[in-house]
Amino acid sequence: MTGASGLGTALLWAVVVLPSGVGAALCLTGRRADRPAPVVAVLTAALVLVGAVAVAVLRPRTTVPFLPRAPFGLGVDALSAVVLPTVATVTVLVLLFAAVDIRERPARFFGLMLLFVAAVAITATATTLPALLFAWEIMGATSYALIGFSWRESDRVGAGTTAFLTTRTADLGLYLAAGAALAGGSGLALADLPGTSSPARDVVAAGVLVAALGKAAQLPFSFWLSRAMEGPSPVSALLHSAAMVAMGGYLLLRTAPLLESTGWAAPTAAWVGALTALLLGAVAVAQRDLKQLLGASTSAQLGFVVLGAGVGSVSGGVAHLVAHAATKALLFLAAGAWLSALGTKQLSALHGAARRWPVVGGTATVAALSLAGVVPLSLWATKDDVLAAAMGSSLALYLVGLAAAALSAAYAGKVLWLIWRPLPADAEAGYDTEEEGTRRIALLEKVPLVVLAVGAAVLGLLVWPPAGEALRRALGEAAAARPTVPELLSSAVLSVLVVLAVRRWRLPGPRWAASWLGLGTATQVLVVVPVLRLAEALARLDDRVIDRAVDGSARMSLRAADVVAEADDVGFDGAAEGVAAGTRRLGALARRTQTGQLHQYYVQATVVLAAALALLLAVR
Amino acid sequence: MLGPIVFLPLAAAAVLAAVRRMPDGVARWSWVAVTVAELALVSVAIARYDTPAGGGLAFEQQVPWIPSVNSSYHVGVDGLSLPLVALTAVVFCACAVYALREDRRPRAQAALFLFLQSVCLGVFVAQDLILFFVFFDLSIVGMYFAIAGWGHGNAARSALKFFLYTFMGSLALLVGFIGLYLAADPHTFDIPELAAAAPLADSPVVGGLVLAAVLVGLAVKTPTVPFHTWLPPAHTDASAVGSAVLAGVLLKLGTYGFVRIAMPLLPHAWQGWSWVILTIGIISVLYGALVALAQTNVKRMIAYTSVNHMGYVVVGVGAAGIVSGGAQARELAVTGAVTQMVSHGLITAALFLLAGLLQDRTGSYDMADYGGLAKPAPRYSGLFAVAAFASLGLPAFSGFIAEFQVFTGSIGATWIAALALPGILITAALFLRAVQRLLTGPTAGRSGGFADVGVREGVAIGGLLVLALVIGVVPGPLLDLITPASQTVVDLVSR
Repeated sequence: MTGASGLGTALLWAVVVLPSGVGAALCLTGRRADRPAPVVAVLTAALVLVGAVAVAVLRPRTTVPFLPRAPFGLGVDALSAVVLPTVATVTVLVLLFAAVDIRERPARFFGLMLLFVAAVAITATATTLPALLFAWEIMGATSYALIGFSWRESDRVGAGTTAFLTTRTADLGLYLAAGAALAGGSGLALADLPGTSSPARDVVAAGVLVAALGKAAQLPFSFWLSRAMEGPSPVSALLHSAAMVAMGGYLLLRTAPLLESTGWAAPTAAWVGALTALLLGAVAVAQRDLKQLLGASTSAQLGFVVLGAGVGSVSGGVAHLVAHAATKALLFLAAGAWLSALGTKQLSALHGAARRWPVVGGTATVAALSLAGVVPLSLWATKDDVLAAAMGSSLALYLVGLAAAALSAAYAGKVLWLIWRPLPADAEAGYDTEEEGTRRIALLEKVPLVVLAVGAAVLGLLVWPPAGEALRRALGEAAAARPTVPELLSSAVLSVLVVLAVRRWRLPGPRWAASWLGLGTATQVLVVVPVLRLAEALARLDDRVIDRAVDGSARMSLRAADVVAEADDVGFDGAAEGVAAGTRRLGALARRTQTGQLHQYYVQATVVLAAALALLLAVR
Repeated sequence: MLGPIVFLPLAAAAVLAAVRRMPDGVARWSWVAVTVAELALVSVAIARYDTPAGGGLAFEQQVPWIPSVNSSYHVGVDGLSLPLVALTAVVFCACAVYALREDRRPRAQAALFLFLQSVCLGVFVAQDLILFFVFFDLSIVGMYFAIAGWGHGNAARSALKFFLYTFMGSLALLVGFIGLYLAADPHTFDIPELAAAAPLADSPVVGGLVLAAVLVGLAVKTPTVPFHTWLPPAHTDASAVGSAVLAGVLLKLGTYGFVRIAMPLLPHAWQGWSWVILTIGIISVLYGALVALAQTNVKRMIAYTSVNHMGYVVVGVGAAGIVSGGAQARELAVTGAVTQMVSHGLITAALFLLAGLLQDRTGSYDMADYGGLAKPAPRYSGLFAVAAFASLGLPAFSGFIAEFQVFTGSIGATWIAALALPGILITAALFLRAVQRLLTGPTAGRSGGFADVGVREGVAIGGLLVLALVIGVVPGPLLDLITPASQTVVDLVSR
């Protein structure tokens, strides 16, 4: 091991171990750590960022023994070298914001956030399935605890439960994939999965695909993200923009060769991504709650990433992932700032919110324009990169993607115009409906917004030369299709037109879209309730049939014992007693001859002799 | 080495039982002292353990016992038994520490549990079927008194049900053992000799019948569906430490029998029956999880999750008999099954100690009686939440290590095993529901004024969970111990 790679490996482990150690310590210390927790957490996150940048340069790879023939492998390649620093940066900024915003039990909050970050760091750098699944499920568990952070409110805990169970349903795919990889003889390294022998490879791909779609809140799993919006805003800003949900898309980018190798998994991913972008875009347009809108938009934007993985544009997909992380983290933080200050996240109550705090309003505007795909901001460029690859695969896919882009412009424009409306005279009437607003937004909350706004504006550079060229070369996509000028122009014009049109015309909000396509209700009706019914039926079966059969056989044994005991009393004992009684009666009879009178004895003797004589004569 | 490990608790039990005037405090603390000494002895054994070459035994000892039937006091450990010996020492030590607060006849309880510890250790080190059977049966006797003497509710009835049901199972086991003895030439009860000879290899019918007898005996103890209905009442009415030992150690006597006796001694029958065994395992996983989901009594719920968790073990050992699957995958399945025994022992013992606290504090196990426990009892809630997540197989805890290997290995051997996958989802659902009902929301019902976990209870429960965490993060040492032995088992069963 050379000096540089030794350092890189050490740093890579530090990026994982440091946040998990500090996070666990904060959680365990509890209230006594409340005061130092924010500072400690931000410093830890800053160190993780330094480490993440360093490993992005050094590109270490390491494996340690974990399970038999299935080591725990971590490594940084071109893909994770982009994603890991992104996650770390967003983490620092979000934690900075949370240092002011989170007042309830900071030690537990920041401890859980750091544990989550450690899990994301492992997920992003995992090179083997056991390492991936290990971190993948810890992400799910910490997100459960973070969404249900305010545990006194049962609804929020229920939202965490929904998120965890839905994503775990999808996670079963990874367990299946691991078994299939073993059956297919490829071993459990992610890079080896495409080499799995044929029928098993399809199962591996299906398993990975399902797990990723669940995490990325793609169709049909999207509804959990709606519930997850009940968590604190900084949680959404990290989990539902740069990490967790994004990791679903990231997994598909990482396993794109596997998807490609099956022939069907890649097109499936592409179509699921495109349809999610389209339908969840429509869902976002119909929302009346800012966080719900942003949540639906996250599903939709991740749809472009999944589409990118499906059509083999890993560079476009990862660029979109990174640009979206900055954009959406900013918007979630802005929503959180308004929620804390004004006590509401209802769009109808946020009229003119941008005017009250120009820094928040200004940065949110940059992000909303980027989300809308307005030229030259980041998501315009990254999305077109993905769409160009989609065009190379099928025109229908491209058109669906373009329609989805138009919907992005629609919901982003909806937010944009609304927050810049003149402040209504009765604005106060709409405030404090969800919590008691402070009417203040601290400087420390604004700083992260400014940094993220810069990211939302310029991260499109990831697709333009020279950064884009370097990224494509590093990912082996130097020859990938690039958006043509007409494509770039049409999407740019489209987004501006839609944003302008949204100002002029009111957007429709049909019920099916407002209710997130009814996916949550459908799951409740089709899965949750039947399973609970089945469970209750089986519990009754257990008590009334199986257990009663056991008790019944015990009672039968007792009854059989009674029968035998009865037989014993009446039969054997009765026979014995009968013999005794008979003997006694015979004895009594025999006694009757003992009269003591001589003449009677002579008679008896004569009778006996006569009988003996008769017997003698008879047998002769 | 094994002599002191097995008989030290028994000797201490005899002293405790004999000295009638011993003050309660002395009795409690001497129980702790003996279990700590046991832990030390077992640690020394693990430190000195070197995987024996050729699938042999370590610390082996053989003394003639009943020569007329070729039965001897033959003990020894390998990678299958040593982890379970260690588990036994750990669980009993945690129970001794937890029971420092016991005020009902502590001297008698200490003596009884030390006796139980000896006989459980005896089962795991026994290398002779008669010796195995004697220890196996004595554990049932000991547990009967533990439930009847220190239980609550309908303890006498539950204890009797436990005793009769599992005793019947052990009789089936004895029939199987006698079958093996008669089939061997020369007749013997020695396990390694029987494993080497595989006596019923050429008679599928008799082999199948003998395996059926052994399987029924072990299935009752494990327990698998449909032989599990003694478990919920036994747990519900047993004391906290009684439940912890029952779930943590006694259930393992059944599953251990699969890998120690059934698989190596009856390889052909095992192969022939492996589909049946796998199916029973899958049914146990799903049925146990679903019935647990419907429970409203915390202890009954945990009891049914034991059926589910032991189901994974059965899935693993069942898949190991499917010789068309790759040897690698089947080894992984067996390693996972043994890991699951250890993991379930640690985590479920912790869960039962936690459930016992509910009864201790308020006299109710009913979830509906609680709500928002996190406010009055934050330490309790933290421990319960961690134990729940550990039990649902969250990575970084031992359960994940076990279940990942069981599933990867079993699915690697046969696709059918994938049918058991929903089990880990349903388990997650039921534990999250329990956490939600007990710990979160507004503080309600009997939660008000709930006294939080004390230091001794915390040490006992926390210690078990820390071990589960260590195995979950650094599984290497444990797996290095188990893997060679599971290779041996797979080799033997593939003959």
